[in-house]
Amino acid sequence: MSQKTVMPGFRPTIGFTLLYLSLIVLIPLSTLIFESFKLTWDDYIHIITSKRILSSFQVSFTAALIAAAVASIFGFITAWVLVRYSFFGKNIFHALIDLPFALPTAVAGIVLATLFQPSGLLGKFLLSIFGIQVAFKPLGIVIALIFISIPFVVRTVEPVLLEFETSMEEAGSSLGATRWQVFTKIIFPNIFPALLTGFALSFARGVGEYGSVIFIAGNIPYVSEIVPLLIVIKLEQFDIPGATAIALTMLVISFLLLLVINLLQYWARKRSGQL
Amino acid sequence: MSSHIQQIKNAKVVNKSSTTQDPVWVRCILITISIAFISLFICVPLGLVIFQAFSKGITAYFSALAQPDTLAAIKLTLTVALVTVPLNTLFGVAAAWTITRFDFPGKSLLTTLIDLPFSVSPVISGLIFVLLFGAQGWFGEWLMAHDIKIIFAAPGIILATIFITFPFVARQLIPLMQEMGHQEEEAALSLGASGWRTFFSVTLPNIKWALLYGVLLCNARAMGEFGAVSVVSGHIRGMTNTLPLHVEVSYNDYDVIGAFASASILAGLAIVTLILKTFLEWKQATR
Repeated sequence: MSQKTVMPGFRPTIGFTLLYLSLIVLIPLSTLIFESFKLTWDDYIHIITSKRILSSFQVSFTAALIAAAVASIFGFITAWVLVRYSFFGKNIFHALIDLPFALPTAVAGIVLATLFQPSGLLGKFLLSIFGIQVAFKPLGIVIALIFISIPFVVRTVEPVLLEFETSMEEAGSSLGATRWQVFTKIIFPNIFPALLTGFALSFARGVGEYGSVIFIAGNIPYVSEIVPLLIVIKLEQFDIPGATAIALTMLVISFLLLLVINLLQYWARKRSGQL
Repeated sequence: MSSHIQQIKNAKVVNKSSTTQDPVWVRCILITISIAFISLFICVPLGLVIFQAFSKGITAYFSALAQPDTLAAIKLTLTVALVTVPLNTLFGVAAAWTITRFDFPGKSLLTTLIDLPFSVSPVISGLIFVLLFGAQGWFGEWLMAHDIKIIFAAPGIILATIFITFPFVARQLIPLMQEMGHQEEEAALSLGASGWRTFFSVTLPNIKWALLYGVLLCNARAMGEFGAVSVVSGHIRGMTNTLPLHVEVSYNDYDVIGAFASASILAGLAIVTLILKTFLEWKQATR
């Protein structure tokens, strides 16, 4: 400690914080790294490049990407509507946005599966009108992940929209810009970094999501099996090295993606003059 | 002259509304899109839980809830939350105090590490405890020799839940206490109040709504966690099934009423959480 302070309780609080953090988070997470040392590089490559695992990575990342993109578009519109317009029932609407945060994922899972299965309320409709089957297909995974992603996008974009100075819009339009130009040249570039954060949070959550997906996915090998499910399957077969290898790969890819997205965000902020 | 001024006034009004407000047709379309989207993804699923749970009548609903396995699941879920929430609350307050009231090397690293569990998939959060305490895990043999069960038992479920809900309270408190500064506390201390007295009479009243907010979110997740708990639980009926796991088991057994009756309790919990959350947000805003 560089400066003397009158505040009491430094030693006990930092001691407890570090002890608890180590016992609950750091030591358990480090097992993943130590356990993977037991594998040789060739074993690791052999496990990871098996066709079933590669397909599951493809399914998980593609579904999370599409879901995050769809949720970003509709989440942005929803945040815009909530901040800029007033309409009947807005407060209830506002509170409901957080339901996917509060609703346990298993409940979301069985509800979405029931709703979208071929005999379900929406599933029947989509199948007979458009000939699209949602449940037990990769599309079902996307639907579940959109549900999970909604609050991430709305809640990151909303505060930025609220703080956004309308004087910038007025300046733009007084200089002769159309409303569309004001939106594309002034509003959107300023909101974009927040939208990117919402997208990133949704994507990261989507890749790891388990509960809401497994009921609607159908879990068909090579087609609609997600990575977290494969970890569970390996564990059920007592294949600890297999489970560890997949988990570590997933963790590393997620961290790399978060890093890339943070850099993108930094670039977007810099470009719109927020840094 | 007066009509000219009137004209300018009118022009001003028109101009103002057209610069920061969208045309009516744009507003209508956007409101319709977002209401349709939220209804489809949030309102319809919520309604369906209630509809399915009561689809065979009220008697069937309550007899599904009165099943011994359901009651055991409710009891386990409450136990898990009762252990998890106080521990993580204690940690959240201690971590926020140490991070916002003192300067020390590695502070930003510590703040980042606290958020770590948020970026780990729930399934991996369960897996790491299997690697530690499972039969083939680091402490597996020792635990077996001493006849202590952690994995496929309540302690494993509690540990995984603590991991998952680890950052909730700290995350609410750290930004708030940072923003508050410590002048008020320093004043109390310089007037002779003890450390504890300062905390309870100065700090706590300032942070109580944010603290309750964190506790609320922590509790909701602790009661609803599925992925992490599913890996460590072993799904033993009436023994290691929490309510979310009981929902899964019943659903997979085609026991629709049982699954949705249990799900309706969790959905009720979610709605109570949302109502309290809205209330606490309002309290925090008017603080």
